[in-house]
Amino acid sequence: MVSLFPLTLTEGLVRRRGRVIMGPVSLTVEGRGLTVLMGPNGAGKSTLLKALHGIERLSAGRLGHGCPSDQSHAAQAFVFQTPVVLRRSVAANLAYPLKLHGVGRAERARLIEDWSARIRLSDRLDQPAARLSGGERQKLATARALIRSPQLLFLDEPTANLDGRSTREIEDLLRAARDGGTRIVMATHDFAQARRLADDAWFMMNGRIVETGPSPQFFDTPTRSETRAFLRGDILE
Amino acid sequence: MNDIWAGIASAIRLILTADANLVEISLRSLQVTLSALAIACLIALPLGTFLAIQRFRFRRGVIAVLNALMGLPPVVVGLVVYILLSRAGPFGVLNLLFTPTAMVIAQVIIITPLIASITHQAMRDLWAEYHDLLISLNTGKLQRVATLIRDGRRSLMTAALAGFGRAIGEVGAIMIVGGNIEHHTRVLTTAIALETGRGDFALALGLGFVLIGLALGVNLLTHWLGRTEVEGRW
Ligand SMILES: Nc1ncnc2c1ncn2[C@@H]1O[C@H](COP(=O)(O)OP(=O)(O)O)[C@@H](O)[C@H]1O
Ligand SMILES: [Mg+2]
Repeated sequence: MVSLFPLTLTEGLVRRRGRVIMGPVSLTVEGRGLTVLMGPNGAGKSTLLKALHGIERLSAGRLGHGCPSDQSHAAQAFVFQTPVVLRRSVAANLAYPLKLHGVGRAERARLIEDWSARIRLSDRLDQPAARLSGGERQKLATARALIRSPQLLFLDEPTANLDGRSTREIEDLLRAARDGGTRIVMATHDFAQARRLADDAWFMMNGRIVETGPSPQFFDTPTRSETRAFLRGDILE
Repeated sequence: MNDIWAGIASAIRLILTADANLVEISLRSLQVTLSALAIACLIALPLGTFLAIQRFRFRRGVIAVLNALMGLPPVVVGLVVYILLSRAGPFGVLNLLFTPTAMVIAQVIIITPLIASITHQAMRDLWAEYHDLLISLNTGKLQRVATLIRDGRRSLMTAALAGFGRAIGEVGAIMIVGGNIEHHTRVLTTAIALETGRGDFALALGLGFVLIGLALGVNLLTHWLGRTEVEGRW
């Protein structure tokens, strides 16, 4: 498959109801690793993730890929803050993106078996996904996003509101995916999680990227005063 | 009072012995209503789904018209269809007035807005739920519609049942355009109206029980669908 990278956002800006809610932001996403996106509520994290994914209409600027743009979607996946669970069985949820891309029956069965085992839902494949708990839904959404081995995966606060055990399970999935070569960009509010997972970090405020840097330096010795205040836990306006 | 008790008793006897007249009228009712329902669904289900996911210039206007049509008094629909189909009307040459076809036409006009409106609401909610994922997966329009229809099938069934319930119990419009002709256009509701007027409570009540049975069955089915919706079964 052709590489999606480098994925570049150039002077990207999103305006809604006359207000700039993100940007201008210029960023390049390449190759490997896991990037953590941090920042106060309303900073524009979700908007930036969607813009990079190509599902947020840019008011200005442009988004570019290393491959033709009609192939760029198939190489990416997005796990939304409130995971979308189809009103179908667990197995049918996992099968959905595979069917869309014409993956054959035998290969589908193999992948569903494999991924349902990884999220420990093998014995509940035939149950309606609507009956799963919050943590199980999030695991299902994450597995459904990973099942086609995307080159790039976005997650928007994937473990907000989850208990410790579900959080650990999601983190394990993400580490395995990253080590398997999937580039990950995720927004999180959880500092400890950010330190555990990040290869590098972006800090965002008022719609703009304020600071970026590799972990652990980003967390230990941030250069900007806003970043320091945020990481100290001061409330930022 | 005695008349009524005797009426109930013979009504039950009519049903138990499958009285020819009662069966004929019931079957015609079902035939007219199910035909109307099939045609209305063919129009309303795609229309409602389309309105839920497609933004276009006159979308709000179409929805407003749909809701207004839903409030049309059936008698007025009957009157309009009568005028259109009467000998002097634009479709007079078709000779459809006082036929089951005319009744089907009136019922289609009455229930299509209802089914489309319920479909629209249900599909709009489902689309709000699925929107982000389906956009992210870069699905085409047909794939979206197929997914929504598949996963919203219970709501579509509920919409169809509501249409059936409204059509089977409707009397004003089909009385006007069907004429309540024996062995030709007489259905449950018009027969009940007639027999009650004549004082033949036995047949009127017998037909009434059949009608109540059908309406109750529809309600139970709707209720059951609502429950499986919550539990996410089938
Ligand atoms: N569709 C929209 N219309 C208007 N304002 C919006 C819309 N979506 C988001 N916003 C606003 O844009 C800002 C950034 O939102 P978001 O990207 O969700 O921030 P974050 O994810 O960092 O909390 C917020 O102030 C939010 O209220
Ligand atoms: Mg957010």
